[in-house]
Amino acid sequence: MVGFLIRRIGQSIVVLFIVTIITFYMIHLFPGGAIKAMVGPKATPVQLAYYTNLYGFNRPFYVQYLKWVGQLLSGNLGFSPKLNLAVSTEIGNALPKTIVLVVLGTVVSLLFGVPLGVYQAVRRNSIGDYILTGISFLGYSAPVFFVGLILVEWFAVDTHIFPPFAPSGQTVGAILADPRALVLPVVTYAFGLYALWSRYMRSSTLDNLVQDFVRTARAKGAGERRVIWVHVFRNSLVSIVTLLGLSIPGIVAGALFTEVVFNYPGMGMAFYQAAQNVDYESLLGFTVLATVATILGNLIADVGYAVLDPRVRY
Amino acid sequence: MADTLATNAAADLGLEPSTKPRGMLVRGWEVFAENKLALGSLAFVILMLLFCFLGPVFYTTNQVNTNLLLYMCHPSGSHLLGCDDLGYDELGRLMIGGQTSLEVGLAAAGVSVLFGTLYGAISGYVGGWLDALMMRIVDAGLSIPGIMVIIILSVIFHPSPLVMIFIIAVFYWFGVARLIRGETLSLRTREYVQAVRVIGGLPMRSVVRHVVPNAIGTIIVQATFAVADSILLLSGLGFLGLGIQPPSTDWGSMLASALTYMQGGNYWWLIYPPGIAIILVCIAFNFIGDALRDAFETRLQRR
Repeated sequence: MVGFLIRRIGQSIVVLFIVTIITFYMIHLFPGGAIKAMVGPKATPVQLAYYTNLYGFNRPFYVQYLKWVGQLLSGNLGFSPKLNLAVSTEIGNALPKTIVLVVLGTVVSLLFGVPLGVYQAVRRNSIGDYILTGISFLGYSAPVFFVGLILVEWFAVDTHIFPPFAPSGQTVGAILADPRALVLPVVTYAFGLYALWSRYMRSSTLDNLVQDFVRTARAKGAGERRVIWVHVFRNSLVSIVTLLGLSIPGIVAGALFTEVVFNYPGMGMAFYQAAQNVDYESLLGFTVLATVATILGNLIADVGYAVLDPRVRY
Repeated sequence: MADTLATNAAADLGLEPSTKPRGMLVRGWEVFAENKLALGSLAFVILMLLFCFLGPVFYTTNQVNTNLLLYMCHPSGSHLLGCDDLGYDELGRLMIGGQTSLEVGLAAAGVSVLFGTLYGAISGYVGGWLDALMMRIVDAGLSIPGIMVIIILSVIFHPSPLVMIFIIAVFYWFGVARLIRGETLSLRTREYVQAVRVIGGLPMRSVVRHVVPNAIGTIIVQATFAVADSILLLSGLGFLGLGIQPPSTDWGSMLASALTYMQGGNYWWLIYPPGIAIILVCIAFNFIGDALRDAFETRLQRR
């Protein structure tokens, strides 16, 4: 176990190293280079030369890279000249709001997706199974922004049940104080994830239903309810934990579209605005942060899998 | 009864039942064809392709010049689905936009699956430190949230359909590579692959002639899902204003421009047709993918 942990963490560090090179290189692909993106298209050659020298963009790529990594390691995510704000401050403002949306949406989607997936597996090929399958295929196939806007059309514009915009409060407390405005964004965000969990739960429950331990439990006289919710369910849940860790990129993407649709001031919105302003320091900072979160998520999922499932030995 | 008749008819004609081992593709197709939902989906996809690529021949519309006299005109005999905010005929636009969506979707899936397959097969076949290095690169690619990469790339490169294909493929091939590498790891221990090595065949020959053809099931299934995902990604970028730029369009961009008018009136003909087109095409590809997975992986083994 310890050996596995060390090897796995070593891998993550290598991956992190490659990721920073890829991201840093990608940002330098901006037309005219990062400096042009920073000072704007109207800068005179003298100004360009001045800022190029000031920020060290005339140094070799590896020198710039090492300097940037050095800053990262000391916790400095960069400074956004467009917003005149440290990127870490920017993240500090936006991240808690995204976490509110992501946690609420993930919990809601799990609350529906997991039990309904089990139900579908137990009653497979029934009418209920077909209807729920149809709904989850819809969740897979409908663009997040379309779902969001249709919900706005139906529940905000036509019927005025919910407000059409997300809570716009500056703090997390202000956002949570307006739960009615949170409903549509959370539902929009949860819909795609619901499809993922319910499909997964259905197929993994189907797999587990024919396992030996289920037959043993039945032979020992366990009732159907106990067989499903204690024996099968616990085994299927292990794979959901892994899936949760692996789906962080999807979680980030879903949050981005939801935030843009509802004008919700979280990380996705900030990233989108940074992309439009060609604010490359923010883009770099956000991407690195999201990537670290993904790598950590994968690591925790792998380790969690080994801990939760006693059959897994590395 | 029908089976006996067919056998008798075959016997009358002097035909022997074929004993030639049938290829994986033929057997896969047989299982696939039993799934009515998947067959219907396939028919729908073909119908959509005909609609988008042959439709403009029969339903000619002006998709080049804007005509503000037709601003948001309601559906009528001359404009079956009305017009949009620039006076383009909506049904004609649906065909033009569909061409882009389907082209980019199919091509992006093709490019990423082709590249991912070769990469994964080489990595898995060669093994050792090269495999470790190649897979860490894939891990790295998979850890950067794809949507962020795609947004950054489409800000850097001004997106034309061709550029979009490569931007989406850059993000998508990592997953394919990892999957095919796993498949290759199990294939390379088979006798027929080892035989190539024993008689001195080059690694490339094993990969191209033996590993890839035997992983064809996984590859096709992956490609099918990739088409749906690419169409969705393209539409998402269209919504963000980073996708295909006017005067070209795709279903996502059509939807995005329609949505700006959503709260101003009931322009249902601008919102629902492209939205439903995206959803139905993606559902169809997902159904096909699921059926193919069944065909190649599970039920195939029972035969």
